[in-house]
Order: sequence, then C-alpha cells, then structure tokens
Amino acid sequence: MKMKEKIVNLKKINDFTWEIPKENGMNVPGRIFASEALLEKIKNDFTFEQVKNVAKLPGIVGYSLAMSDAHQGYGMCVGGVAAFDIKKGIISPGAVGYDINCGVRLLSTNLTKKEFMLKRNVLMKEIYKSVPSGVGKKSEFKIEYKEISNIIKEGISWAISKGYGNEEDRLFCENEGKISGADYKKISQKALGRGMNQLGTLGAGNHFLEVQEVEEIYDESAAKLLGIEKGKVAIMIHSGSRGIGHQVASDYIKKMEDEYGYKHLPDRELAYAPIDSSLGKDYLSAMAGAANFGFTNRHIIMCKLRESFKKFFPKSELKLVYDIAHNIAKFEKHSVNGKKIEVLVHRKGATRSFGPESEEIPVKYRSIGTPIFIPGSMGTSSYVLVGTKKAQELSLGSTAHGAGRIMSRSEASKTISSKELKNELDKKDIVLESGSLSGAVDEAPKAYKDVEEVVRVSHELGIGKMVAKLKPLGVVKG
Amino acid sequence: MMVKKYEFLKHTGDLKFRAYSSSVKGMFENCALAISSVLSRGKKIKSLIKKEISVSGNDYESLLYSFIDELIYLFDAEGFIVSKAELEIEDGKLKGIVYGDDSTNYKDLDAIKAPTYAEMYVKNKGKKWECQVVLDV
Repeated sequence: MKMKEKIVNLKKINDFTWEIPKENGMNVPGRIFASEALLEKIKNDFTFEQVKNVAKLPGIVGYSLAMSDAHQGYGMCVGGVAAFDIKKGIISPGAVGYDINCGVRLLSTNLTKKEFMLKRNVLMKEIYKSVPSGVGKKSEFKIEYKEISNIIKEGISWAISKGYGNEEDRLFCENEGKISGADYKKISQKALGRGMNQLGTLGAGNHFLEVQEVEEIYDESAAKLLGIEKGKVAIMIHSGSRGIGHQVASDYIKKMEDEYGYKHLPDRELAYAPIDSSLGKDYLSAMAGAANFGFTNRHIIMCKLRESFKKFFPKSELKLVYDIAHNIAKFEKHSVNGKKIEVLVHRKGATRSFGPESEEIPVKYRSIGTPIFIPGSMGTSSYVLVGTKKAQELSLGSTAHGAGRIMSRSEASKTISSKELKNELDKKDIVLESGSLSGAVDEAPKAYKDVEEVVRVSHELGIGKMVAKLKPLGVVKG
Repeated sequence: MMVKKYEFLKHTGDLKFRAYSSSVKGMFENCALAISSVLSRGKKIKSLIKKEISVSGNDYESLLYSFIDELIYLFDAEGFIVSKAELEIEDGKLKGIVYGDDSTNYKDLDAIKAPTYAEMYVKNKGKKWECQVVLDV
C-alpha cells in the first residue's frame, strides 16, 4: 500500500511506544501504543495516515494518538485519541465516530458458573427473545415524542423515573448516565425518527451481549471493590446510541461542511467546527443527547436481563458494576508540556483511563481508578482493567477498547464458514444465539486481533491495570 | 459482456464499494443497487413499494453522501429496504423514485450505520463515471 512507503521514519520510543515525527502540516507528532506484533498488523491499513491527518487539525495538543487495538476507520482511526485546546481547538464528529456513546456495561451476579450452566440453554433463548437484536428488530417501547426529548435530556434518570432500575444503578454509570447540556432541539427529526423504535435494542454488527464466567483475578482488592468474584457469572453489554447517534454524526458532518467548507481538510470525513462556535456547541449538545440515549439503551437492556434471569433464578441479583463509553468527546484537564490545561478529548474506540482519586470516578471506586472493560471478539475472553495515573501522563487518560479488526467483513465471510464458526464455539463450549449466522461470521474471532496482546500492551505500558479475565459462556449477537 | 455496475473492495473495518456507469444518474442508481445488496446480504429484494426521494448537495460527493444517508434512514426508521432507483440529477439536486419492499418480509438482513466521506470520490473518466464509497457498518 502506498501508505507503507510514506512512513519512513517511525521512531521507537520504547517497546510499546512508536512515534510518527512531525511533518508536512502536522501540528503535533503522532504516537502509537503497540507491541511489535500488533504494530505489524496496524501497518497493513491506513491507520498511520489517519493518525497524521488528525495531527493536522487546528488546536490539537500533545500527540495524535492510536491505542494498541487501532485499525483504519473513517477520518480518525478506530482506537484514536486526540485532545484540542478549548480556545483554539475544534470538535469533529468524525473523530467521535458515528456510533456516539458506543460503550460497555458490565453486570456482576450472585450466581456461580455451575448454577448458570444448569439453565444456560433456556436462559440464553429467553434473553434472545427479550432483548431485540439484529437488523430491523423493533423495541417494544413505543416512545412518544415528548418522552424521547426527556431521554435525550435526562439519560438513565428518565428510565429510573419510569421504574427501570434504581438510584444505585445511576451511581455506577459514567456521568451518572447523563451528560449535561443535551438539547433535543439540536437533534434532527430524522435522527429522532431512527431512535424512536430502537430503545432497548442491541443492534447488529459488533454489538453483543455476553454471559461470562469470571475466570481469573489479577488484582484481588480491585476485583473485590468492583464486586467481581472468581467462578461467578458476569454479564457484558456492548451497544450504543443506535440510529440516533449515527444520524447526529452525519447531520453535523454535513452542517460543518456547509458552514466551513472542506477543501482545507486533510480528509473530508474530518469536517470540524471551532469548539466555541455556535455550530460546535450545537454538535456538543446533540452529541450529549445521543450519548444519553446510548446510556439509557444499555440501561433498558440491563433491566430486561434482570427480568430474564429472575424467571429462572428468582434469587438472582444482577448488579451494575460500571458503564463506560468508548466513542465520545469530553472536556478534561490534562498536562501538556508540563502545564495543566483544559482540553476537549476525542476518543473514538478508546476508553477513558483515569487513575485513583479522580473526581470523575464513582466514590466507591475512587481508590482504584476508572473501571475499564475490554471485550474480546466472540469466543475469546474479555478483560476488566482499572485506569492509571500513568495513562493520564502518557495517553491523555486513555486505553484500548477491544480486540480491533484485522480482517474485513467481506474477507471474513469469504474465508470463514458458519460451520467452522459453530465448531469453534462448540469446542470452547459457548452457546451462540444469533438471528443471522452470516452476521455472526463477520464477527468471528479470526477477524479480530488478539485481545490478550492488546490488554498486555495496556498493562505493561501501565495505561491500564489488569483486574480480571472473563470467559464467555453464552453470546447473543444481532 | 455484462458491464460491471458495482463491486466491493477490501477494507478492514468497514465496507467499501465502487459503482460505475456511463452517466452520473446511472452511477447513483447503481449505488442504490450496491446499498440494496449490503442490506439484503445479496438477496433479491422485490420492488413492491415506491417512494419519492429528493436530496441536495454542494457537489457530487455530498449529493452521494446525502442520497445514501436517505436510504439508510428509510431502512432504519421506516422499515423500507431499497431494491433499485430511478433518478434524475440536475444542479446539485437529486430527485426520483426508489423501489423496494417492507424489510420485515426478509430474514438475515444487514445494517449500515452511515455513509462516510472517507476515501469517497466521484470521477468522470471520459465516457465513464465512477465513484467510491466507504460505509460505516
């Protein structure tokens, strides 16, 4: 690929840090956090080119970053992180991603693996029925127009006021499930139309819901605080703001292009507006609204799971461990060139990793750092980590978000058969409930990077600390 | 020999395709076929429902972006899956009819989150028009 030829001088900083020096129009250097093995895979697509393009945007500070799970995206790579000066900087919807507040919610349970396995098959079928997944599956919620404006404004507080979940849940959600400043008037009718029938639905693509066994604990005290116990069952929900977020992103990319043009952009997908412009503020307000819909979506799915589990295990308790976004822009304070400044951090396919004592962590977890969830691909383990102060020094308080693709969907569907996928899952004793086997093949483990290697880089570099390993027992995919 | 209307290319995270035609409108119509084939996972979609469509843009790229955006909206919000399109394009405006069916009549469909500008182009190559689109899926 031509990009490979362009990268001539990737500078090795240490075993897990690689620098793209400043050149042609870049305002800051680029940095990639990866092992040599992962770097080889990242080199195969346009990730480096996209890291360089982001470095060219006005007001960027520090470095244009890519996490160890990075792969080519549109505009900014997936696994990309960039911070912008709030006075001179910009906000770019393409650097947040189309799936605004795509994220992960983890639940702990009081069930042992042994107990769960007795009813696994029927329970997985029940969950598949009660949580709509896949394409075109509508939610049972018929939301009125007035309600959707409340969801956008209030996030999960709306759900709790309607009897879904409780006050304690709110405490264990990033931003307590509500990013302030959201205004439904900044969101188009089209976006609202796409969201109206999708509340409480998982969606398709890489979104999933997984019942897991806590297989290994690496950090006893952190695990204890999080309520994660070896041998017990945990549940992971990976979903986002559904059509509402996708539409907000494309609406504002078009608006910003209309207002500011695109000829000056390194990539048209990186359309932007100054942070303090009225269009920039409008997008931030719409993004907050879509994010609140995303939190509420995962919250409703959790409530459905609680009901499903109660049917088979009346004494089951599903507790919310934490819920965190990995596609979002946030105002944060970071040290840049030795000075602490306020910046707008874009994370697209990257998870916030703040060390202990940060005020943005729920009080209960404040001594251990931000809870971080890194899902594997279907059939491989997922990991729980906690944030670190080192991440705040090195990676703008960020770490990886998942395994990261290495194979395109079309390549996956050409080279992997549904039978092969089924055999592999059978061998690992994992039950799959999916409306579309071809859709599941697109997301087969072989199409992804090795999640263990991704997590190892975060841990050894110190931008995330391993707490526990979760092994899949049952998966629901769209 | 059959002239290729569209083809899919290798792309790690998302779906990338090119559409070809002797005219701009034909190229846009072939994009609708490509979108239909993504959503249907290659199945044939019946043309039982007709919908009028009208979008505008500053150039062919933004027109293409808006056109695909509209097809995704119809699928997501109205449960309409496109089979083909008959379009007219003039002065940055696209107007015409899209044909398709109720998406609930089909199983095993795929979703598209959004069109993207990433690697997008619309080119006139002499007598041929060609465009490239990356979809976020």
